[in-house]
Parts: sequence; structure tokens; C-alpha cells
Amino acid sequence: MKKRDSVKTVLWVVLPAISVSIAVCFLPEFWLKLLIYAGIAAIGAIGLNLLTGNTGQASLGQPFFMGIGAYTAAFVGQDLAVYFPFWLIVATMLAAFVGALVGLLALRLRGHFLIIVTFALVFIGQHIFRNWNSVTHGTSGRSVDVGNGLLGENVFHVKVLSRDATYFILIWAFVTGLAWLTNNLLRGRIGRALMSIRDQELTAEISGIDVARYKIVAFVISSGTAGLAGALFAAYMQYTNPSEWGLLLAIQYLAMIVVGGMGSVAGSIIGAVAITLLPHCIELVSVHIPFIAQNPNDSGFMTVFALNQIIFGAMIIVFIIFAPRGLAGALERVARAAKKIIMKASPRESASSGNPAIGFK
Amino acid sequence: MNVLQLLVGGLALGGNYALIALGFVIIYKSSGVLNFAQGGLLMIGAYTTYDFINVVGLQFWYAIATAMMVTGLIGIAIQELVLRRMMGRPEFTIIMVTWALLVILDQIPSQIWGQDMINLGDPWGLAMIKIGSLSIFTIDAWTLLLTAVAVSMIFLFFRFTALGVAMRAAASDLEASIAQGISPRLVFAAAWFMASALACLAGTMLSGGANVLSPDLSLLALVAFPAVVLGGMRSPWGAVLGGMIIGVAEVMTAALAAPYAPWLGHNFYQVMPYLILVAILIVRPYGLFGGAGGRRV
Repeated sequence: MKKRDSVKTVLWVVLPAISVSIAVCFLPEFWLKLLIYAGIAAIGAIGLNLLTGNTGQASLGQPFFMGIGAYTAAFVGQDLAVYFPFWLIVATMLAAFVGALVGLLALRLRGHFLIIVTFALVFIGQHIFRNWNSVTHGTSGRSVDVGNGLLGENVFHVKVLSRDATYFILIWAFVTGLAWLTNNLLRGRIGRALMSIRDQELTAEISGIDVARYKIVAFVISSGTAGLAGALFAAYMQYTNPSEWGLLLAIQYLAMIVVGGMGSVAGSIIGAVAITLLPHCIELVSVHIPFIAQNPNDSGFMTVFALNQIIFGAMIIVFIIFAPRGLAGALERVARAAKKIIMKASPRESASSGNPAIGFK
Repeated sequence: MNVLQLLVGGLALGGNYALIALGFVIIYKSSGVLNFAQGGLLMIGAYTTYDFINVVGLQFWYAIATAMMVTGLIGIAIQELVLRRMMGRPEFTIIMVTWALLVILDQIPSQIWGQDMINLGDPWGLAMIKIGSLSIFTIDAWTLLLTAVAVSMIFLFFRFTALGVAMRAAASDLEASIAQGISPRLVFAAAWFMASALACLAGTMLSGGANVLSPDLSLLALVAFPAVVLGGMRSPWGAVLGGMIIGVAEVMTAALAAPYAPWLGHNFYQVMPYLILVAILIVRPYGLFGGAGGRRV
């Protein structure tokens, strides 16, 4: 028992710490930035996966709550000049609160109606972001100048880390913490309740599970993490505008959990990284493909953006049809197969130690 | 501002929404798929009509009929290639597949026909009809007429043809209909064909007249969702009526919001359908005409 606990500590604390420090020291700036985006996406995806993958409530509302987080961070952190952790907390709390309200409405809806309402929310949210000029500064967007005292280049007035490195550490610390919390949550009473709601709502209700309460809990967690992700994104970019928080982002978030693996925390993170890196990898490769135009004005069969979108869409379809459990499921299967081979191999290995290759045939 | 004039404009827009909504309902009822890719089909249908007019050089009416056939076949291809593999999978993953299809379809027009707005080349343009003090766009009158014709043809089809009856049987109980020898594959293909052809008609009418053809067209199909929900998801008549209501509400808001309630913001009419949607679902979670039904165990 004790040994397992210490193994877990290594898994949750030491491994992330080591990989983060390696990344900060050795990664070029371009990849560091991409991994920051991926980390922010992972925060939102973990929350969405809890709601959609574990509780079975499909939602397209993630950009709406991210937008709330972003603008709250800007308003509280810049306009009201509140210090670092507080604007982040307020942004998260406000998004979670609005999520609770949406959850109350969602209680009455089932299946398809819920997904339709949440995509309506995205349009309504964008309209509000475009028109609430005193906070959002309208269509052209606003600067988000927050937390540079504590979250900038200077820690204790000594230049220790670059801005990117600070954000990278902060964001992946959030990802690790959130993943740990969510994993624990899912293994406990709440997790079992959520999954029983997903599998058979009526049975869950008959078994004495307070379906309404747990659904709202799931909504609050998912919108809270979205708010956190939105606030971090706006703070890192130092700018936000209404068109960022649109339907395409909602589809991207759903794609992350589908590609990563529904109902799996590790899957959310893997999916977030994969979906974030995909367009950049395609861009890198597309230089070598003859019929791809790099600019809209160049001649060519199609633009990089179009190629991106088409591969993105096709990937979702392929994953859903051929790998319903996503990348996390596929990795698990590979790991199990590898384990099997090793288990099979090791006794023969010890028998014929002179020639270990025989074990594998 | 002439209220009657607004009403006619709203009904014409609503007619287009009704066609799209009807397509949603036909697919949803027969195969249980909530088809978010309808917007892509709408756009591709409109561009196909454009090609048949301006590249092939057909007369408008022949062009639109051919384009409807072609779009219908594209719909069948989508059903056969992608969605047939999704039978029996969870609802959410099927919805994700239709979103993914929309993402792909959305990119096609801008690659073939370019990002710019182009003129459809319909016979009406900005022509007007005057009835008393009322002057309405000719295309609006035609839209209403075409909607009426298409809707009645579809209802006659469901009422009197063997395939129509088979589709209704499949919608009410798929397993029992299969036991009676109805091919679900044929039913689903027919549903996708009809929905895509309707989308093509709506797309063409939406981009004719004073409007132009542009890749933004596919977003318009999402406005049909409030119409479908208003109609209770499973009712074709409800979808048609819901489309009309949403169309009128949108046109009325567009005309009245700016002078009377400027604090609602620019282009408030664009979110009006979604506000109606949310409001209706708060009051009646199963839609205006949807029965509460039982929760199945």
C-alpha cells in the first residue's frame, strides 16, 4: 500500500516537474508557446470531458464560459486593478456561477435539446461580447493587461524566468493539479454518481442518486474550468476579442475529448495537445506539398487553412468510426499488448538466457 | 414602416427556414440523426445551382432542378459513406460526425468558387411586385410559392406513395418496420436525398434576389434549429410553422430593434432566433408542438 502511494506521488509530482523543467530549459520558443496553448486547452478539455464523457451531457457551450472568464479577467485584473490570483479566482467563480444557471436550465432538457441550447448560448454570448462596450470594447476586442507584476518577468524583483516560461509552469501546474483532482473525483462517490447518470439516468435516480444535484455539479466544474482556461488564455495573449469565442472553438473542444478519449482525464490532455499541435504540424508539412497555397492569393489547389479544417474534420470522423475510445484507449491497448509480450517473453528468457531472441519468435 | 410589408418579407425568409427545418425533421424522424451538416449542403446546393446557370448555361428552372438532384445525391453519398457506419452508436458521437462533416463541407466552396461574394444569376434580381400600397420583392413571392409547393409535395409523398408510407413506418418504429420488410437503408437514403434537395432549394432562394452567394451561407442553416425546436423536433408541420415564426420574428426585430431599442446592440436580429429558442425551452422543454412523451427505460 505504502509503496503504491509513493509511486503515485512520483507520478503526480515528480514526473510533471521534471518534464516541465526540461521543456522550459530546452524547448525552442515556438514549441513552448504551442505547449502553453495546449495546456490551456487541456484545462478546458478536462472540465468538458467530465461533463460530456463522464456525465453524458453533451455541451457546445465551452467558448461561452471561456469568454466570460476572459472578459472577467480583463475587467477585474485591468480595469479594477486587482492582483494576480484574485482576478483568476473571480473569473473562474463567475463562469462557474453562470454554468450553474445553465445547468438549472439544462436539467429540464434531454439529449439533443441540450446540445442545441448550448450552441445557441455561444451565439448569444458572442452578441453580448460584441455589444457590451464598457467591458468588452466591442468587436475590435480589448487589451488584457493583468498580473504582469507577479506573472511577468520579475519574481522577487529578480529576472528568473522569461514570460513564456512563467506561464508554461503556471499553466501546466494547473493542468497537473486539475488532472489529479478530477481523477480522484471520478474514482470516488461523485464520479460513480456522474457515470451512473450517463449510463442510465432513470436507474441512477431510482438508486437514490440526486441526479439534479450531480448534473449541476458537473456543469459547475466544466464551466469553471472553461472560465479558468479563458482567463489564462486572455492573460497570456494580452488581448481578447468576441470572434475568438465562437462555434469553431466549441467543435474543437468536443474534438479534443473525442480524439483523446471520452471520459478519460489522460485522454483530455492527449486530445488537447493533439488538436492544438495538428494545425502547426500540417503547416510545417504543407511547405513540401506542391498543390497547397501558403497564402490565399497564391495559386494552388487549396489553402493551408482549408487543408487544416478538412484534415481536422476527417480526423474526427475517422476516430469516431475506428477508435471510439480515442488516443487514450489506443495507447492503453498498445501498453496492454506490450505487457503481454513482456510477460510471455520473460519466463522463456530465463529458461534460455543464452539466446533471449528465441522468446519473441 | 409598413407592418404588412415586414410580414411578407418575414414569411419569405421563414419559408426558406421552413424548407431547411423540414429537411432536419425528415432526417431526424427517419434515422434519429441530428444533422448539423445541413448548412454545408445548403451552401453546396446554392453553388451547384450557380454552376448550372453560369458554367453549364442552363435556364434557371432547369438549373435549380438539376442542382437539387445533384445535392440530393451528395446527401445520399454522405449517408452511405459515413453515417451508415454510425448506426446504433451513441447520439453524441453521431452529432459529432455531422459537425465534422460541416467543417469539411464548409471549406469546399471557398476552394472551388473563391471567398468573394458572387451573383447567383437568378431571373428576379431586385424586381418588385406592387399590390396596392404593398411592394414586395418578386423573389419573396416566388419563395413563398415554392415553399408551399415543396411542402405540399412532401406531405403528399408521405401520405400516398409506398416509399412515403414506409418512411413513416420506419419513423414510428424502426424494428417493426424492418420486420415488415422495409429496407432501412432505402428509407435513410430517401430521407437524406429529400433533406439535401430541400436544402439546395432553400440555399438558392436565400442567395438570389437582393442577396449574393458567399461561403457564409452555411451559418444560416443553424438558424433553422430554433425553428425545428419550436416545432418539437419530430413534427413536419411544426417545423414549417416554426420556420415561418422565426422568419417573421427575425425580420420584425431587424426593423424595430434599431429605432426603438438601440441598447440591444448591432445586428440584434441575428441572435433573436436563439433567444426565442432558449425562452421556449425554459417554458416548454419539449418544444412548442412536441409532446412530453414518456421517458423510456
